[in-house]
Amino acid sequence: MAFENLTSRMQMAFRRITGKAKLTENDIEEMMKEVRLSLLEADVNYKVVKEFTSEVKAIALGEKIMKGLDPGQQVVKVVNDELVKLMGTEAVLVRFNETRPTVIMMVGLQGAGKTTTAGKLGYYLRKNHAKKPLLIAADIYRPAAIDQLITVGNQLEIPVFSLGIDVNPREIVKEGLKKANAEGFDLVIIDTAGRLHINETLMDELIDIKKIVKPDEILLTVDAMTGQDAVNVSMAFNEALEITGCILTKLDGDTRGGAALSIRKMTGIPIKFAGTGEKLTEIELFHPERMASRILGMGDVLTLIEKAQEEIDEDEAMSMMEKMMSGHFNFNDLLKQMKMIKRMGAFSGILKFLPGMSQLQNIDKVDDKQLVYVEAIIHSMTPEERKNPELISRSSSRRNRVAKGSGRSTTEVNRLIGMLDKQRDMMKRFQGMNPASIEKMGQNPTGQPSSVNKGKGKGKGGFRI
Amino acid sequence: MGIFQKLFQSKEQKLKAQKYRLGMEKTRKSMSSLKEVLTNSKKIDEALFDKLEEIFIMADIGIDTVVLFIDALRKEVSHLKIEKPIDLENIIVDKMFDLYLKGDIIDTNIRFNDSGLTLILFVGVNGTGKTTSIGKMAYKLKQEGKTVMLAAGDTFRAGAINQLKIWGDRVGCSVITKAEGSDPSSVIYDAIHEAKKQNIDVLLCDTAGRLQNKVNLMKELDKINRTIKRELPNTIYESYLVIDATTGQNGLNQAKVFKEATDISGIVLTKLDGTAKGGIVLAIRNELNIPISFVGLGEKITDLDYFDIENYIYGLFADFFE
Ligand SMILES: Nc1nc2c(ncn2[C@@H]2O[C@H](COP(=O)(O)OP(=O)(O)OP(=O)(O)O)[C@@H](O)[C@H]2O)c(=O)[nH]1
Ligand SMILES: [Mg+2]
Repeated sequence: MAFENLTSRMQMAFRRITGKAKLTENDIEEMMKEVRLSLLEADVNYKVVKEFTSEVKAIALGEKIMKGLDPGQQVVKVVNDELVKLMGTEAVLVRFNETRPTVIMMVGLQGAGKTTTAGKLGYYLRKNHAKKPLLIAADIYRPAAIDQLITVGNQLEIPVFSLGIDVNPREIVKEGLKKANAEGFDLVIIDTAGRLHINETLMDELIDIKKIVKPDEILLTVDAMTGQDAVNVSMAFNEALEITGCILTKLDGDTRGGAALSIRKMTGIPIKFAGTGEKLTEIELFHPERMASRILGMGDVLTLIEKAQEEIDEDEAMSMMEKMMSGHFNFNDLLKQMKMIKRMGAFSGILKFLPGMSQLQNIDKVDDKQLVYVEAIIHSMTPEERKNPELISRSSSRRNRVAKGSGRSTTEVNRLIGMLDKQRDMMKRFQGMNPASIEKMGQNPTGQPSSVNKGKGKGKGGFRI
Repeated sequence: MGIFQKLFQSKEQKLKAQKYRLGMEKTRKSMSSLKEVLTNSKKIDEALFDKLEEIFIMADIGIDTVVLFIDALRKEVSHLKIEKPIDLENIIVDKMFDLYLKGDIIDTNIRFNDSGLTLILFVGVNGTGKTTSIGKMAYKLKQEGKTVMLAAGDTFRAGAINQLKIWGDRVGCSVITKAEGSDPSSVIYDAIHEAKKQNIDVLLCDTAGRLQNKVNLMKELDKINRTIKRELPNTIYESYLVIDATTGQNGLNQAKVFKEATDISGIVLTKLDGTAKGGIVLAIRNELNIPISFVGLGEKITDLDYFDIENYIYGLFADFFE
């Protein structure tokens, strides 16, 4: 990765605080410095970063640290939650007009991608909302801009209205609307020339066009690579035109796209669509949550945290742990445990969050088919046998019965029994550990409790049948 | 006397520098001015350094570069035992110069090939101003008495070929084109041969905009370069990376990756007539040693200028010198 992401930055900061039970204000301050740098690296506006970090700091201070997360991850979680909140929920698509053709005006700086996006949007709304679009070519300034729109229209089979470059754009849009009304188009997308937000003559032109066409949507097209200036640009366009939404282009690049956050926070304008490629079909609805983690540059950690929250019922894990420790671990528990681990899927990293589970590195190698077999075998046992594994291990007739009932071989049944034994065996090693050190294992992923022998990989693969 | 007082003694120079004046009153209100900061600060403390950091970051100077810069400033302050904030004025400016010049003498003039054809390749991400800059540069070179030809190497984007043709008409020079969708290398191949045949001085080659993380498109640049090197053996040619001044931190990535794909010799920084300051080019120079060669200051045919670090820094801190 060309840029340093928050994950690595935060990890540096964590190193100083891991092992601590509680976060001090100082710790949060330290981590906020990393968050701040990371957001600035993502091009979030300086002022926005300032406000945002101080807000998050206040929230993080009052927050209880979740079981299963270390303090650093807890802070990342708060940062992400707030960022998602700020980015807003999935935006309303486009307000369609019920009584006349819906009119959309595309505006923005030079080179942002308006023309391409105008075509993409026509394609998208035709495909997903059965609209009949007309494109209007109102960029009379940039050489060959009209050619470009006509080519785009041809490729998508969307008609383009143009009067060449010698007619005033105000006139062009007026005539274009007439055509739309007369010929039964129910969607009009106006491609305007790119312009600087400080060019008053050209901004006035947009204001006039707005008055003439009374658009249902005025969409500001913004290059995702925009830096600090995104705020100036979006505020100026918004002041002049009351922008109804934003389209972020070139998101297929490797930019972090902090401009999205700046715009959102400073203007409140919702971001509606994202351009994700040069092909005319490459447009999608904007997903605020994805954007949030992209800006933070830490998708992986977030997924992990999310998973930890969703998939692991902390109490369930704890009670499983207690069961294992007590030596009463039986087939019911084994099945539950395997399912629990299965639910977490490929996120083997998550095991670190489970108390004691860091000992069982390869646990996630259990594949679905094996789980089905194990399930079949266990379900062929009587409830008594499931609770009391000795019944099975002592009697070969019981084992044969179970094998027949489940359609698996006796070897497999024997292997399952062996696996349970191994588990119980390993758990004995944990005995004698006090609850505090178990707690610590959950919070301190890398630390190994000193009283526990590592098992030399004996526990590993214990689940393989 | 500080370098800036010296610099802006003459009125013409100041007028010329005005062209670099970035931002208008209307939008400037959101931006702290350096002068304000320095005159309003009672002492040099953390709060002042924070303010300075803000100004540099708001100009899109790379974060790492800003951090380095502020550090160097801190050291200088303690080394020289400076106490009055306003005395930072010259130090900041000098340090900015150092950051850019790094003790080198930077010659960003086009390296003309006296014995034959001079070729200049324009590359960059989508929409930065490659085609427009070519039009403006063609005009500039023609004004300087050169014969110029354009090669429509963007065969991909709709309307790109016609866009360049219109610029050719405006300037009054020929444009070599092939059908949309042709191999860009073959267009450039044709153009080189045509230019040689007609004894043209300078051939300006347009390319399609491409995001630097698109591996295949970057490979296409490689092919273009191979073609040029084969057809113009032992000839130095300029590869300009065109960067939009509104670009933020990604500009550094752009420069890194394009530099790997094609030997970038300079940067054309466009759209400086807006409110963005394009400070990322300072980081590009600082970290990758690529100098800025030209600046785009508008959409008119005359709106291209040789880069001038003094004027640029003046623009960066315009408020400072009023
Ligand atoms: N204000 C301003 N606009 C500029 C400048 N340079 C280019 N533009 C405008 O930016 C837009 C894009 O310029 P192009 O020259 O088409 O950019 P490009 O890099 O060739 O774009 P693609 O070929 O699509 O990648 C056009 O509207 C230009 O007029 C500049 O210095 N200032
Ligand atoms: Mg172009």
